Amino acid sequence: MTAPITDQPSAAQTVTAKPRRRMFRRNPWGHPWFLEGFTWLYLLWSLIPIAIAVLFSFNKGKSQATWQGFSWRWYFKDPVNSVLHNPALHAAVIQTVRLSVLTTIIAVPLGVAFALGINRWKGPVPATFNFVMILSFVIPELIFGVAMFFVFTVLFTSVHLGTLAEVLGLVTWNVSWPAIIVQARLVTLGRQYEEAAADLGANRFQAMRRVILPLLGPAIFASAVLVFSGVIDDFVIVDLLSSNAGNTPMSVIIYSTQHGGNGGPALNALGTISLVMSFIIAIIGYIGYRWLTRGERGSRIQALTTIAGSEG
Amino acid sequence: MRRQKKNGFFIALAAPGIIWLVLLFIVPFYAVLAIAMGKLNELFESPVAVWNPFAWSSENLIDVWHDIFGSAAFAGPIVVRTIIYVAIASLLCLLIGYPAAYFVARFAGRRKGLFLVLLVAPFWISYMMRMLAWVDLLQTGGYVNKALGWVGISPVNWLGGKPATVVLGLVYGYIPYLILVLYAGLDRIDPALIEAGRDLGLGRIRTFVRVTLPMSRQPILTGLLITVLPMLGDYYTNQLLSGAASTSMIGNLIQGQLGTPGLEGQGAVLSLLLLLVLLVPMIYYVIATNRSSQVAS
Repeated sequence: MTAPITDQPSAAQTVTAKPRRRMFRRNPWGHPWFLEGFTWLYLLWSLIPIAIAVLFSFNKGKSQATWQGFSWRWYFKDPVNSVLHNPALHAAVIQTVRLSVLTTIIAVPLGVAFALGINRWKGPVPATFNFVMILSFVIPELIFGVAMFFVFTVLFTSVHLGTLAEVLGLVTWNVSWPAIIVQARLVTLGRQYEEAAADLGANRFQAMRRVILPLLGPAIFASAVLVFSGVIDDFVIVDLLSSNAGNTPMSVIIYSTQHGGNGGPALNALGTISLVMSFIIAIIGYIGYRWLTRGERGSRIQALTTIAGSEG
Repeated sequence: MRRQKKNGFFIALAAPGIIWLVLLFIVPFYAVLAIAMGKLNELFESPVAVWNPFAWSSENLIDVWHDIFGSAAFAGPIVVRTIIYVAIASLLCLLIGYPAAYFVARFAGRRKGLFLVLLVAPFWISYMMRMLAWVDLLQTGGYVNKALGWVGISPVNWLGGKPATVVLGLVYGYIPYLILVLYAGLDRIDPALIEAGRDLGLGRIRTFVRVTLPMSRQPILTGLLITVLPMLGDYYTNQLLSGAASTSMIGNLIQGQLGTPGLEGQGAVLSLLLLLVLLVPMIYYVIATNRSSQVAS
């Protein structure tokens, strides 16, 4: 950690707090130590509780509040209540993975094709549906979940609440990720690559497959990462659309068990497993995105914010 | 003719997505409307959807009206409470989030990557795990009460229906979204503009007030929307951190009616009313982000 060159000489920094504050105001180029301290405090407040929750997943005893020593009890040692041996917890891990994989496989191609079509097809119809798609992105999840709940219980009743309903709901909820990210990328790409391909004799389909799709690689990849991790994190839709222990994913099990008063370190273990899954996806996402964009100008920071779902 | 053919390819590409959105986004909302305007099957206490707009009944609407404004209104206070909680929580999010985002965007220098990783980390931790963390900390025998015990304060029952705990949960849950939006917006401000302010003799604080703050109006608004919209539909945060009826919010009302025979129609009305109220800010958000992405590209 080196001080910026424009910073005050170190002698000035050792004087008492009051003159330093005046210095801060007077000298517009000094380092804002107060802001930095505030940011660190925020980060500690934001991350330490998680670290403690992870710690308690390794607790020897049944408490989620008092540390009683390290053990793997709640992961696999306990023959009844560990994640491995409790059928509901065990099934929840599998269900989360199943939902993430299925949703990503369906939502990404659907969203990418939608973005490609909407972006080039001019007229009121595509504009309307683009608007509908963006609405699905900003609508509060509960309102959307209520609509899904009713449509599957009253209208499309052959889709019973359960895995199918969950996947249909999650795909609709997440299809906007690829649709928005791919469209943003298409706007920055412009038409020239396609026109060049057309000049070289490619037809529309060939230009799409050989030129545009490879250029969209990073955007498609980033959106797949976002959909996958979004499903791991999702709660409201799956809470409203699950019907029994066999199709209830981790987030809902953590919520309903803790809320039902049966909390215990096994839930922390479940939460830690979902955290590790998400972090693995994030790391794969970051490395993969950097690799896919290796020929381009673009920084680590840009890769980081893209993988977190911000175009910034 | 050629133009027709040209469009045909793109129509075919967009078609699956459009059909999907019609069947699983537009039709579901019509279903909610049909249930909201529908009747109750008295025998099974199940909602009966009325698909024909000419046969719509106002039964549920009247019930909800009485719940909110009637003499024995129980929903009215919940609505007011939700507005108060969400207003306080989103204001706190902004007060905490802005300085942090401002610091990372402007002053983090070469450590920007490190700060961003830490700021973004909560995105990758499931919401329930983050709430569970506070359930652990705030238990009667938890670390928060232990820390208070060292300074001589007797244990507080934080999880027994304290509004402060619910607001804390909301802030903790949604602040990462606000910070990322603020960061992206503040990072886009051209440093030359700020330097110009300084060169023209403004001090640090006046430069901030006159240059940076006006330019961050848009990120502040979109960031607040991104926290307020989900907070208004939140039912799980206060269920986990309080569980008491005295802290329940609109989300709890809707979610509770969804599983209760006979009340599902009213749940449909309430969620449509909420949607109606939020439609204006939602559309504003869509237009604002559209505009800024066009400027950025």
